[in-house]
Amino acid sequence: MSTPRHAALQRFKRNPTAMAGLLFLLAVATLALIAPLLYPGDPLAMEAEPLLWPGQDWQYPLGTDALGRDLMAGIVHGGRVSLQVGVLASLFGVLLGLSIGALAGYFGGRIDYALQRLIEIFQTMPSFVLLVALVAIAQPSVPTLIFAIAIISWPTVARLVRAEVRSIREREYILAARSVGYSHLRIIVREVLPNILPTLIVTASIMVASAVLMESALSFMGLGDPNQVSWGSLIGSGREQIRTAWYLTAIPGLAIFFTVLAFNLIGDGLTDAFNPTQAQGRR
Amino acid sequence: MKILLTFSHAIWRALLHTLPTMLGILLINFLLLQLAPGDAADVMAGESGSATQESLAALRSQFGLDQPMLVQLWQYLSNLAHFNLGHSPRYGATVESLISQRLGTTLTLMLLALVVSLAVGIALGMLMAHWQGRWPDRVLSVCSQFFYSVPGFWIGLMLIVVFSVKLGWLPTGGAGTIGADLKGWPALLDTLRYMALPACSLALIYIAIYARLTRASMLEAGAQDYVRTATAKGLSPWVITFKHVLRNALLPITTMAGLHLGGMLGGAVVIETVFSLPGLGRLAYDAVMARDYNVLLGILLVSSLLVIVTNVLVDLLQSWLDPRIRSHR
Repeated sequence: MSTPRHAALQRFKRNPTAMAGLLFLLAVATLALIAPLLYPGDPLAMEAEPLLWPGQDWQYPLGTDALGRDLMAGIVHGGRVSLQVGVLASLFGVLLGLSIGALAGYFGGRIDYALQRLIEIFQTMPSFVLLVALVAIAQPSVPTLIFAIAIISWPTVARLVRAEVRSIREREYILAARSVGYSHLRIIVREVLPNILPTLIVTASIMVASAVLMESALSFMGLGDPNQVSWGSLIGSGREQIRTAWYLTAIPGLAIFFTVLAFNLIGDGLTDAFNPTQAQGRR
Repeated sequence: MKILLTFSHAIWRALLHTLPTMLGILLINFLLLQLAPGDAADVMAGESGSATQESLAALRSQFGLDQPMLVQLWQYLSNLAHFNLGHSPRYGATVESLISQRLGTTLTLMLLALVVSLAVGIALGMLMAHWQGRWPDRVLSVCSQFFYSVPGFWIGLMLIVVFSVKLGWLPTGGAGTIGADLKGWPALLDTLRYMALPACSLALIYIAIYARLTRASMLEAGAQDYVRTATAKGLSPWVITFKHVLRNALLPITTMAGLHLGGMLGGAVVIETVFSLPGLGRLAYDAVMARDYNVLLGILLVSSLLVIVTNVLVDLLQSWLDPRIRSHR
């Protein structure tokens, strides 16, 4: 079992774009983690002269906004919120999708029918509109954002897991495990899960990318946590000065773009690493 | 006649298939409406400025809000059956009239974005497949990766900076020149001028998706035996690419385009707030700001129904495009 995984890891390490994505993410994550040390004050506090352009005063390398708030402090603190929401929302989304997909695929029959209808309902409703409704009704805050994004993103995982579990279910080693008398839970966790792990990891990295995008769109629209800066809310407030100080909109957007790009590159690298033959066909 | 029969059969089957989904969506909408803070009576009382406990209770019983949940659900469903989505205190109008006024703008935006993304995406995908593995393929792959990662609302704002603020070529927002009262071609051109930036911002991510999809399915279709036969027959590469490869490669793309409708609707919500287009998305945004949940959930319901209808249409389109699907059923 460990040899193909090891080979996959080696292939991933040799992929320059995926490794670049990983390094960038590590840098962003480190900055986000040490944000309270770098900028101990409230990033929403007024610090300096308003509307300083990037590079004008090196104490505020990315400039300041119309209220004299340091943009660099906002970006670093905003990264905390964006990454936290992105990663946790995907984690919960994957767990929810995994359990529902595994149940549907493993048991089949009526359970499968009912769960498939549920998946279909969530895939039919326009997910961003549903997300806006959920967040607006539950009142915006970081935990609300995390759970709302998880609620709209599980169906993709559930469908994938269901299909994989169905194809694995009839294989000999599962039949063998059943005939030995292992419980359903044990078979799902110990025998089925390791086989769908590669697919799951790839999906998860792409899910984080779209969760970061959704969080930024929500907080841009004013549906983020009102007490915390995030990259989206920085764009939302910088937008007022778009004619004169467009850097206030451009810089947080670049932060979102590179972070999302990094997650997507890692996802692509993982796909190639896990399926080398398919990857050759794509190239 | 036979085609008509198969079509009506297909529609019937599709309706039957979507019935549980539709009921589920209605139920979720009803539950969200129940969970929303404050009810219609609170809103009315807030509008009038003064209300006593007694008058609130009177309002509640007038609207049936003091009834048990199941009775309220039944009332909700029967209201929907009469196309009654409720009342918006903020606009002083019915929700269905608000939605139908704004549906057109959103649909125009989505249609334009769809056309742009399909045209550009398929073209890029064909170029990538043609130069598979060589530098144009690599460059375009990087571009599509970039397009896929950019937040649409942000690129919209950046387009405003470049094309409206710096160059002054296109308007920053709105749906048409106010008071111009144009007709015919000038009116269409005017709309296009206002829709160009929003449609491009919305299309960007789908351009990336269709480019990758077209590339993959062109390569797959190009490796089939009938393509080798066509080459052996001495057909020109152009005829082979367009008539034999592209036609077969288009099928998965129509499926995906149908599936993307819901996503596009969601994207339109954000894009409309960026460009202040008076569409459903902008209405949803205003409804959120005013805590007008009737309107918000009405939009969710109507857009879900729109997705269901499109899915049925895509199914029909596919059975028409690909006779194999028809015979399988």
